[in-house]
Amino acid sequence: MANQALPQPRLKGPQPVVKQEVKKRLNPLVKSSDGVLADRVFGWIIFGCALVVLAILALIVWQLVSRSQASWHAFGWKFFGGQDWDPVNDQYGALPFIYGTLVSSILALVIAVPLSVGVAVFTTEMCPKWLRGPLSFTTELLAAIPSVIYGLWAIFVLVPILRNYVQPFLAKTLGWTGLFSGPPYGIGMLAAGIILAIMVIPIISSIAREVLTVVPQHQREAALALGATRWEMIRIAVLRNARAGIVGGVILGLGRALGETMAVTMVIGNRPEIAKSLFAPGYTMASVLANEFSEAAGDLYLSALIEIGLALFLVTIIVNALARFMVWSVTRGQPARARA
Amino acid sequence: MGVGIQVEHVNAWYGKSQALHDINLKIEANHATALIGPSGCGKSTFIRCLNRMHETTPDARVEGKVRIGDLDAYNGTSPTQLRRRIGMVFQKPNPFPTMSIYDNVAAGLKLNGYRDRKHLDEIVEGSLKSSALWDEVKDNIHKKSGASLSGGQQQRLCIARALAVAPEVLLMDEPCSALDPISTGKIEELIFELKAQYTIVIVTHNMQQAARVAEYTGFFLLGRMIEYDKTEKIFTNPSDKRTEDYITGRFG
Amino acid sequence: MASLRGLVPDPTATPGVLQISLWRRLKDYLATAFAISTVVIVLAPLVAIFGYLVYRGIGSLNLAFLTQIPKPPGELGGGMANAIAGSALILAIASLIGVPLGIGAGIYLAEYGQNRFGDSVRFVSDVLNGVPSIVIGIVAYAIVVLRQKHFSALAGGVALAIMMVPTITRTTEEMLLLVPNVLREAAYGLGVSRWRTTLSIVLRTATSGIITGVMLAFARVAGETAPLLFTAFGNQYWNWKLDQPTAALPLQIFTYAISPYDDWHRQAWAGALVLIVLIVSAVAAVRYAVRRGTLGGVA
Repeated sequence: MANQALPQPRLKGPQPVVKQEVKKRLNPLVKSSDGVLADRVFGWIIFGCALVVLAILALIVWQLVSRSQASWHAFGWKFFGGQDWDPVNDQYGALPFIYGTLVSSILALVIAVPLSVGVAVFTTEMCPKWLRGPLSFTTELLAAIPSVIYGLWAIFVLVPILRNYVQPFLAKTLGWTGLFSGPPYGIGMLAAGIILAIMVIPIISSIAREVLTVVPQHQREAALALGATRWEMIRIAVLRNARAGIVGGVILGLGRALGETMAVTMVIGNRPEIAKSLFAPGYTMASVLANEFSEAAGDLYLSALIEIGLALFLVTIIVNALARFMVWSVTRGQPARARA
Repeated sequence: MGVGIQVEHVNAWYGKSQALHDINLKIEANHATALIGPSGCGKSTFIRCLNRMHETTPDARVEGKVRIGDLDAYNGTSPTQLRRRIGMVFQKPNPFPTMSIYDNVAAGLKLNGYRDRKHLDEIVEGSLKSSALWDEVKDNIHKKSGASLSGGQQQRLCIARALAVAPEVLLMDEPCSALDPISTGKIEELIFELKAQYTIVIVTHNMQQAARVAEYTGFFLLGRMIEYDKTEKIFTNPSDKRTEDYITGRFG
Repeated sequence: MASLRGLVPDPTATPGVLQISLWRRLKDYLATAFAISTVVIVLAPLVAIFGYLVYRGIGSLNLAFLTQIPKPPGELGGGMANAIAGSALILAIASLIGVPLGIGAGIYLAEYGQNRFGDSVRFVSDVLNGVPSIVIGIVAYAIVVLRQKHFSALAGGVALAIMMVPTITRTTEEMLLLVPNVLREAAYGLGVSRWRTTLSIVLRTATSGIITGVMLAFARVAGETAPLLFTAFGNQYWNWKLDQPTAALPLQIFTYAISPYDDWHRQAWAGALVLIVLIVSAVAAVRYAVRRGTLGGVA
């Protein structure tokens, strides 16, 4: 049974010769370094690179905390409640900036969320196949536009439109709410909110799209089989399942809006005041840093600015961590990555 | 020329679970030895203990003694040095996709610092001839990538790659299980020719293949080696009832 | 599940035919109309921005713009050549620092990092991605500008490098994990040492993906202004020295845009057009190369 059926082995002519030569030359190879030392060195270098990532975060925390100590000792918690931002007299209160950051970001979300979810729903549920690619490409393109170009466009195109058409219209129709009163400068909280909304839509809608796609097809089919219209199917089977993830995407957008600097600085008016009307100019934490940091003379001034930076840092970290957790719980471990 | 392998009291673990229990074995030089047994019985684990590949799995552990020729595999040498004297062919052909056929065959030498270009050409040609691939690719060895060949050709390329470093032992872990019958036949012929110069250990779950190709056969079951003897004896007159049950297809 | 009342067929209706009331159909149409209108509203600014960039920018885009440095405020003419060059310098510094670090950290995570330390690096990397760029500017200011006592291209490069590292780390890890393990085993089986395997086999196979990640990180920081505001700071003249304030394209656009001079506004549009063309072509080139597989690698 074993080897009887097979033919006699055929030895090829040149083979043993080549084999001999290889044998001879291979001795140096066999004796050559087995790379144990090199492996160790390589391992340490690579480990060092990974350590640098941790070190960067530690560095950020260390610098922000240590350099804001002067301001912290001078004002304590009152720093975050004070409304007076007076570099001349070395009095610093950060409330106007906190207010401006929150209001502009929330306004941005109010505008952006329905639009983002609408785009996401359209792309995943209603869009004809040939349109899907170009559509997602263009939304990604929106995310690639630098902030300063958004700002440039906002100053010269958005603001005049607001000043000449939108703001008078809003004042006439909704002025009674108190949100749309005061002179229509164009520049102000409303402009900041709108440009921020445009900037966070790509983020929210791309996460929403990811989360909507993960909803299993059989959920949709179950609803349709019961006789639901397409909108009902989306509402019942898709949106409900994806709710946590979409909220996560919204919070991620919030995180981006909170830290957004250039476009906001260019249209918010840069006045450290708290006002009810959205027409009024305002100031955000990121904007005051952008405008005043390079000229800050005096240690307390700089320290106060850095304390604002620290606050901004902490807030965005918490918001982003919350967002990632919510998205992760829906998509199971694929981290949310806003494409460039 | 091939060398014999002496295995004494080898035990192996994946984390907490023990995969091999007290394996003792003497593999003859310049012969082909087949290891058979049902899935999960430890034959792949065993073969990977011979060239210390088992320890590349996280949490894996080996105890015992393995002597390759006169070399103590676990105490006398680093894993890297050991593996240069033992060639391995895997279940699924795995040529390096970014390299040409030539570079694939030469990889074991070039990546280990061998620089002699003139002799590299000869070695590559010799290895490709030894693995019966030369005639099919000789016009393209620099241009075609390793991954552009058919399954059977890729496996022969992997064999050539393993042979290029002139090992003394060739380990083959189910080398034909991913291939069609014609390619399988070609490779079995190859093994038959190669055993004149190398010691071959081949893991297979195809008993007919073991019968065709190997002089010695070892039967593994649940991490233990039940029986090890001349192939003829195993297949015609096994000593252990479990071997007989497996051979006759009562389980497996 | 939401109320199914509306979906259950009306038993008093024509037998065998499912009635979908007019109201429900109307809601469906409205929802579809809403969704389509959101797409239009969202795409409108995109079209508007690109349109305006071309419309306002193309007229001012001439050879003088690309080769001359700015004229003093109030005088007409001049260009942004120094800003384009300055951006190139700062980005080169940032890449030299950030790319090796990012790839190294990515190699660690993929090849050595299946442990708690690796998990913490991944977590921190994701956290760093969300830090506002102006905060990173503050840190770079603190560690470079305060030491050197002046603004510098190096400080700007460090700030942008810090922004590149987390992105490159994660994409490198992702790409390396895609390399099938059997390739590593094949190399080990040949007696190739671990470091050689990692570099010559694993890294080599994942090259195209890693380059994609690097280019995307590059395109992202190329347009950043905030971290340069008080690191590189800007400069009206040419500068090639690492330790002097340097102009950068996004910075120049910002300065000109908020200035009171019409001529500078005009140049801001031209600069913005140059910037967006560079960024979009980098992103498009990467997508094209990846799709065509011209860089080889794992299928």
